[in-house]
Formats: sequence, C-alpha cells, structure tokens
Amino acid sequence: MDEPNAVPVIGLEIHAQVLTRSKAFCGCSTAVADAPNAHTCPVCLGHPGALPVLNAAVLRAAVLLGRALGSDIHPRSAFARKHYFYPDLPKGYQITQHREPVCTGGTMAFVGSDGTEHDIRLERIHMEEDAARLLHRGDASLADYNRAGIPLLEIVTTPAFTSAADAAAFMRELRRVLVYCGICDGSMERGSLRCDANVSLRRTDGSPGTRTEIKNMNSFRAVERALNWEIARQRALLKGGKAVASATLLWDEDAGEARIMRGKESSADYHYMPEPDLPPAVVTQEHIDAADASIPELPLARQRRFLEKYALPALDAEVLTAERSIADYFEDVVRHLTAARTDSDAGAVETGMRTVPAKFASNWIMGEVLRGMREAGLSSPPVEAARLAELLRCIGDGTVSGSAAKRVLAAMAESNNAPEEIIDRLGLRLLRDDDTLRAQVREVLNAHPKQCAAFYAGKEKLLGFFVGQVMQRSGGSADPKRAAILLREALSRHGDEDANASSPSGKGES
Amino acid sequence: MINYSDIREYVEARKEFCASLVDTALETAGQRQDLNAFIELFASSARERALECDARIAAGTARPLEGMLVAVKDNIAMHGRETTAGSRILAGYHAVRDATVIARLRDAGAVLLGRTNMDEFAMGSSGQTSAYGPVRHPFLEGYVPGGSSSGSAAAVAAGIVHGALGTDTGGSVRQPAAYTGTVGMKPTYGRVSRAGLVAFASSCDQIGPITASVDDNARILAVIAGRDPADATTADVSVPDFPSAVTAGVEGRRIGLPAEYLDDRVPEDMRSRVRAIARRLEERGAVIRDCSLPLTRAVFPAYFLIANAEASSNLARYDGVRLGTAAETDALHDRYVHSRSEGFGREVKRRIMLGSRVLGGGHEQDWYGRAQRVRRLVREEFERTFGELDLLLTPVTPGPPFRMGERLADPMDMYLTDVFNTAANLSGLPAISVPAGKDAKGLPFAVQFMAGAWREDLLYAAAGAVERLHGGEASRGDASRGEASRTEKLG
Repeated sequence: MDEPNAVPVIGLEIHAQVLTRSKAFCGCSTAVADAPNAHTCPVCLGHPGALPVLNAAVLRAAVLLGRALGSDIHPRSAFARKHYFYPDLPKGYQITQHREPVCTGGTMAFVGSDGTEHDIRLERIHMEEDAARLLHRGDASLADYNRAGIPLLEIVTTPAFTSAADAAAFMRELRRVLVYCGICDGSMERGSLRCDANVSLRRTDGSPGTRTEIKNMNSFRAVERALNWEIARQRALLKGGKAVASATLLWDEDAGEARIMRGKESSADYHYMPEPDLPPAVVTQEHIDAADASIPELPLARQRRFLEKYALPALDAEVLTAERSIADYFEDVVRHLTAARTDSDAGAVETGMRTVPAKFASNWIMGEVLRGMREAGLSSPPVEAARLAELLRCIGDGTVSGSAAKRVLAAMAESNNAPEEIIDRLGLRLLRDDDTLRAQVREVLNAHPKQCAAFYAGKEKLLGFFVGQVMQRSGGSADPKRAAILLREALSRHGDEDANASSPSGKGES
Repeated sequence: MINYSDIREYVEARKEFCASLVDTALETAGQRQDLNAFIELFASSARERALECDARIAAGTARPLEGMLVAVKDNIAMHGRETTAGSRILAGYHAVRDATVIARLRDAGAVLLGRTNMDEFAMGSSGQTSAYGPVRHPFLEGYVPGGSSSGSAAAVAAGIVHGALGTDTGGSVRQPAAYTGTVGMKPTYGRVSRAGLVAFASSCDQIGPITASVDDNARILAVIAGRDPADATTADVSVPDFPSAVTAGVEGRRIGLPAEYLDDRVPEDMRSRVRAIARRLEERGAVIRDCSLPLTRAVFPAYFLIANAEASSNLARYDGVRLGTAAETDALHDRYVHSRSEGFGREVKRRIMLGSRVLGGGHEQDWYGRAQRVRRLVREEFERTFGELDLLLTPVTPGPPFRMGERLADPMDMYLTDVFNTAANLSGLPAISVPAGKDAKGLPFAVQFMAGAWREDLLYAAAGAVERLHGGEASRGDASRGEASRTEKLG
C-alpha cells in the first residue's frame, strides 16, 4: 500500500541528568567525569543489604519542572523497579517511577519549523536513576559506575510531532527550559541530555502505523537526521508494500543510519514492581511554593518580551535568550544604561541611544561580548554589566569612538578598571572641545584650497576627506561625527559669505 | 549458660567475666560442631573484644550489652567479613560496611561470636537448604531446628551464645525459636533497620533477636531498634524501655484467640495447650476473648506471591558481573546463565521462577497488584482487631518439630509450617514466639503473640508472663542438655 501522504507521528522520551551534588539514592558525588568508578558505594554498586534513600533535591527538581510546564503535581508518587540483565545495571533493576509518576500532563510551547508557536502536551515527568557507562575497547567491555545512580528526570511527550524538524526544535526549546531552571546542564554531547523517539506513519485514512523506537541520538542535529531517516525508511517499506515491524533502532551518527537493536519478538519484559525500599515521595505545599518562587521567566516568554519591550529584531531576541545568563546580562546592561540616562546625561544624543539603547546594547553583546566569550572559552561575559553600560555611555556621549571602544573593552576584560580610566590610559578620549576642533577644521580647510573649491563645485564626497584630515591633525582624538558637523558649518559659512574670496581662510585671517 | 540478664550483676559489681565466657563459648561451639550452626566463628576478634569488655566492666563504664555474646545470621553484613546468606553465589563476598544493627550491637558492648548458618537467602523452614550443609537440632536427634534462622536458634538453644540475630520474612525467627525452645521476636516493620541485611522480600523482612530468655530478647531489641537514616522504611517512632516491659504482666490485657488459628489443621493437643495458656493468663488478670480473622485464608497466598516476587527482584543483582561467584565464561549471556544456575540452590531457583512468573508477561497487576490489595485488607482487619484487643494468642506452627528429610519432597508442605507466621509479615505487625513447655510427646511447644504496630512492649509483657508460668528455664535448650537424652529416647 503506497501512502505518500502518510503523516509522521513522533513522540519523544527525554532524559535529563539533574544537577545535584550527590546521586539520586546515595551520597556519592555526581562528578561523572572523574576517574572511572571513583564515585561508587555499596548503594550505587548494588551490594547486598545496601538501601536507597531519595535525595530530596531530585524531587525538588521534578516539582520545579512540573510547575514550570503546568503539569499536575501528585502529592504522593511511588517508585518502581524496572528489571533487565545488563552490566550497566548494578542491581538488576533500575529504580524509576512507573504507575504513579510525580508529574502528569503539562504543556510546553516552542517555535516550530514553520516559524509559529506550537504547544506540545506532555504525558508525564518522572524521577529515575541513570545506569553505568559501558566502554567497549577491543575485546573488553569496561564499566564505569560513576554514572550509576545519577538522578534523571524523564520527560515523555504525547506523540504530537509531525516532523523531524519540529521534534528537534522542541528539544532545543526543552533544553533551554531545563538550563533556565537550573535543572540540567543540557549537554547532548556529554550525554547529560538524551532523547529517544517513537516514530510511526499515520495513514491518510487515519489508521495508525506500527511504531518503532529510535535511540542514541546525541545531538539536536542527530535527532533531526535520525527521525528523517526513519520516516524515509518507513515510507519506503510502505511504498514497497511491506509492513513496518515493531523494533528498537540504534542511530549511528557517523554512518548516518540506524540499525535494529531488537525486534518485537525479543521485546523487553521489565517485570515492573513497586520499589519496597522507598516510601512514596511526598510533595507538600511548601515544595510547591518553593518551586513557584524559583521558576524563572521561561526562555520563550522572555524571547517574546524582548521582541516587544525592547523592540529587538527576532534574531537578537533569540540569540540573547539562548542562555539565561546572557539574557540577564543584557537586561542588566539596559537597566544601567537607562538609569544613567535619566540621572543626567544629555550627551547620549548623537548615537541614537536615547531611542533604542536596547538595540545598541544588543549589538555590543551579540558582537563583541559573545565573540570574546567564544574566543576565550568563557561561560560568562568578561566584564560586568555595569561596566559594559559605562563603556556604552562613553560611546554614546562621544567620549570614545565605537572602534576605539573595542580596544577599551578588551583592556577592561583584563583589568576590570573603569572604561574612562582605560580610555585615558590608552589616549582614546575624543576631542569634544568645539573651539579646539574648529581651529583644526580651519587649519585643514586652509591647507586644502583646491579640495574646498572642488567641494563647492559640488564634490560633496570630499567631506570624508576633510574629516580624515581633521582626525589626522588631532592625532585621532577628534570625534569624527562632531568634526563632520563643524566642517559642514565652516564650509557652508564660507560658501555664503565669501564666494569671491580665493581662500576660505580669509575670515579668520583678514 | 546463664542468661545475660542474670550476669548483669557481675557487670554492676565490676567483676570481669567476659574473657572466660568467650573461651567457654568457643569451647562449647567446638564441642557442638555437629550442629553446623556456625559458618564461621570469630575466635580471635571475640577474644580481643572480650578484653575490651572486661576493661570497661572493671572501669565501671559498661554499656547496655557489655560482654553479651551474640551470634549473627549470615545474611547480615559485618565489615570485612564474608556474608554468604547461606548461598554459594555469595561465597567470597566480603561486606564493606557493618549493617546498622551490627554497629549498634558493637556500640552497646556486645561480643560477636560468629556468623550462623541459615537456609539459602532465608528461603526455607528447616535449615536444610544452606550451601554450607544442614543445621541440626541441638537436643532433638534427627530433628530439624526450623528455619531459616536455623544456626542462630541452634546456637542459642545449645547455650553457646546469649542471643543471636535472626531475620524473619515469613516466620524465620519465630518458627526455629519454637522448635528449639528459644524466644524469637519479629518486630514491627520499620522498627529495626534493614540496612546491611541481604534482602529476601524487602517489604516483609525484619531483623529480630533469638534468645534464651524474654528479658535478654528485650535487651537486644532495645539496642537495635530505632530510626535509621540509611533505611528509608524505618519509622521515626520512639523506642520504649523493652526490658522493663517484660515484668509488666498481663493484668487487664485483652487477649484474643482467633478461631482461624485454632481450627482442625492444628493437632488437638496443641490447641488445648494454647487454651490452657490462655486460662493461666486469665488467672493472672488477662481478659480472654474468642475472635475471628476471616481473611486469614487469604494471608498465605498473598504473602507467598509478594515474597517471591520481591525475591526474584532482589536476587537479580547476583549475576556474576560484580559480586561473589562468577562462572568462567566470556559471553555475557552465558555468564549470567551459568553463574545463576550454579550459584543458586534448588529452593532459591524455585522462588525466583515463581516470582518471575508473577511479575512477568505484563501480569504484574493481575498477581502482584491483587496480592497488594489483599495485603491492605488484611492490615485493615488487624487494625480493627487491635482496636478491640491488645494481643492475639496463637500457635506458632500448625504442628510440632519435624525430622530431617521430612517435607523436603513437597515444597507446599514445607511452606505451610509458616502458615501462622506470615500474617505478621504481610501486615507489618510485631509477633513473638515464646516457649510454653512440651507437647504430649515431649517436643518443644511454643505460643505466638501478635500485637498492634509498635507494641512490642505488650508482646514482651505477655511473653514474660508465659515464661514465668513455665518457671523460666524449663523448656530451653541448654537447661535441657540433660533433657536432650530424655527426648532423644522419645524421638
């Protein structure tokens, strides 16, 4: 049966490692990158007699995410054991939540591949523990139990996506939410954020197709590629009159294809049962109040607000809200700028900072600040928001030129001194004394009579030449914009009053 | 051997006794190697420990159990010691921490004499399923000591130690105590930490003391009981002064005789003995009432289902990858199959298969879920009962001790020796087994008391009253070392 119009139906299961100091059910450190098996104990190694005790921080993270996404938070949720035999599982079972998860329902909005916002319903959010990491080296398989017992939140969406691109866009948005809430560091590359997907094709008559599960997608790009690959594979099967078989597939990013891990006949039977070693997880009103108090403005809402409140272009709003710390930084800078302006300064006229200080700040953060962070490998901006605002004021009031300010910023990153101090140290202060500047303008015009004549003859492009000459004469300290204004003044005056004079310098010297 | 409570006066008088006591105990243990009660004796560490105890006694800084000799069932972890749970699969596994109960015993001054033999993973009622050979009854030639805390009960009954830790998942403390004439306590679920206890059925397992006297039993429980941050299922409930409860008596206590525990499954002789005990307690001021627990019929099936399901889960970790004995094979699947096939004994494999059947194939809700619902109902029935009564008085077992080799062929027959014990485990309630003389054939006879949650004090009071009825030492093992010859003739 050829179904070229069959619609992909995709649901996601996301695992996010929770940023806690200790593991989910024991006191071991969560520093998984340390020497293999450095952080293990009888509990996370599954020794006989060792008992799990829930780390309250994991429950707090689950409640926080649930509240942020509008889930129902259950006052009592239960842990369960999910059994399978594999060396990554020390106890022969994983502690998870099965029938009674801590959160059910909820919604997350994201901007889909069509550029519009979509709401995706969630099935559930539950707490569980991670398994060990296995390394296969030649003939040997090595197990690192540092990861065994790391707390995870599993987020299960409804099968509501109809394209790979949307699924990937959702993942990016969810990552942003998790990072904003401080729940997860969001690194798909390091595996602290992982994604499995269920894929089927719904026929045009509405009948559902057979579902396959695809795992091991370790980047946002891999999510999109793998899902497109699987959708194409299922389409090809249907086109060839074959049935899609229920299976679990493992994505191989290098090969750009998935291989079948297990078919339906060997589908796992997890022998779920309630975890008798753990009492129910109890969520109190205090938990909920505490979560509500710590929910940040979610990234998409913030992005929207940046568009509206600061009249930023879409790209700026997106880039600035990618990380919570940068969005905070941007708003800090704007706050300092606007505060400074109301205080006194009328000098902010020339740059247009008065009308859109936000865009001015955005340009500097998206350009110089983020580039500086990238190049230096920093996770936070190299100068404080207040300092950057001071520098921007200096540009705005003509104390320093925009290009010179880049040098000042670099120096600020090293010394953290006030920008004006650095401007003076580097001799970058612009000349704002009009009398001095006028004198220089006169000197330049007097020195270049031919060019003046040409200017009067209509060659107005020569203004740039005069500005350059003034800059040179001032040793770079002249404010080029002010110089241009004064040049125009001088040239027009000469043109009016002295059409017969051979030299514009006549005024001053005659 | 003299009860610990009776030598406490030496402690108060600062008379050192411990070193010689340990020597005697080790000597007795050596003489009774035929019992196979111990898997390992801690001769040198016990002697060292005894010197410390004597020093403390001399200095007048003795702790509550200073110098008490205690044996430990081999499913309770002791730092640096092998912990086998009676299984081949754990041979060579050395515990890396003390169980909470062990740490508390050490801190209270107890001397740990050795680890005791047991039915493999506590699955058994006769001491015959251990990978380390069967345990023999200390004074009934050819009889089983009961199980699964077989070595613990035998060591106490043989007078080697003052007390022993057993574990009771479905009668494994109370049944061997009944068969060996010792006192066995199954505390309220959550009273004693399970941290460091090799799990069998986590929602039923409790560690409990086996002792020669009720008083010694109460002393041990008082030390090991109480909330433990390492076991989330322990309760934050205050621990009463158990030893002082022993002499509290039964005056005014309402004691029920549940019809379902005294029906014709129980030999007439046992039934009449239970009723006789009730009358004697009535004479001492107790109020005796007949009562009924209609759900009793459903208790054992629900218990059996839950216990085996949890066992299949708890034993999944013994896969030959990290702990204990591993089969020498490269392929992962083969390693699992061989390690588990060779490492587990027959009874354990039977339980794992039963438990897997119950949880597998998506039947979790049909079986385990239904058993959990029965469990809730049984709890409610007991709650109602203990709203009107203080105690229930029942037989411990539906029959007298049996001989080695008996009941092995029919697992159900073996399981049913625990039929009166499992209600306490399923409901989480405390229960005690206390010797009450001999039956018509001269075999040890015991009764069980059950009480509401956290009322071990009532159990000790009732058990203390029964003990006094029988003149204290009358039915116990060591007093009966002389009697053993008599009962042997009977057997």
